[in-house]
Amino acid sequence: MSTVATDMHHEHEHHENNNVFGFWIYLMTDCLLFASFFATYAVLFMNTAGGVSGKDIFELDFVAVETAALLLSSITFGFSMICAHKQNKGGTLLWLVVTWAFGAVFIGMEIYEFHHLIEHGNGPQTSAFLTAFFSLVGLHGLHVTSGLIWMTIMIIEVLRRGLGNQTVTRLSALSLFWHFLDIVWICVFTVVYLMGAV
Amino acid sequence: MSQHNANSVDHAADHGDVKSYVIGFVLSVILTAIPFWMVMEGDFSKGATIWSIVTMGVVQIWVHLKYFLHLNFVTEDGKASTISFLFSALIIIMVVGLSVWIIYESNAMMMY
Repeated sequence: MSTVATDMHHEHEHHENNNVFGFWIYLMTDCLLFASFFATYAVLFMNTAGGVSGKDIFELDFVAVETAALLLSSITFGFSMICAHKQNKGGTLLWLVVTWAFGAVFIGMEIYEFHHLIEHGNGPQTSAFLTAFFSLVGLHGLHVTSGLIWMTIMIIEVLRRGLGNQTVTRLSALSLFWHFLDIVWICVFTVVYLMGAV
Repeated sequence: MSQHNANSVDHAADHGDVKSYVIGFVLSVILTAIPFWMVMEGDFSKGATIWSIVTMGVVQIWVHLKYFLHLNFVTEDGKASTISFLFSALIIIMVVGLSVWIIYESNAMMMY
């Protein structure tokens, strides 16, 4: 009897892991999308058309706060997943809301930065450098925004249905997505902001 | 229920615990703070700064993969994820590295 139960459990676990692994494969293709945007940026960043370059417009203390927000959201999501695996509904929700708040701070700051640049005549249409900059950083921002929408949906799902196997699987996929975006941000702040300001 | 608990322990490598997240976080903070400090306050040569921030960026990516995404060679799932990541990394290095190489070379040829 117990063997049968164990087998069923393993079968189930296997199925869930396949779903999460499938999502991981999607993330790897997303990596390639980001890689082509990075290649474009690396090729175009010197073509400022006589306008501003990275050195003129990047404010590193601002970017450092953005980075801190995203990094903190990564560890809080980790805590949320630990609670989810322990079937602790309250803890999962609390850490999800904290993660959402840090993500919203990041996106808010990025929208402010973009708005500030466009207002001062440094919009994406000004030069090839700015087109590549807005595309690359904007693509990451769009991903984080989708992550926030997905997280909102997950908060509602956990509230209504609790932490069933399917819900935990979905949370695991979102956690991969969120940590993956943090890795992309490491590349963005290193290649775009820090190397641009050296 | 005890079955489930035993299973959770088996899969700890795939899920991570508080300790692994905290270690990953502390390492990430250090590996983020140093490059920002080097560029904002540090008085180093351009070459040294660029090599240092790129190296620390790569190390920080490794830290995130290990402590936040739980890539490993221990569990079956960890292995599959790690190998697919390594394959993607190879393709990315080729796409980005070769594109940049080709365009810079052609740019240099146009100049002279």
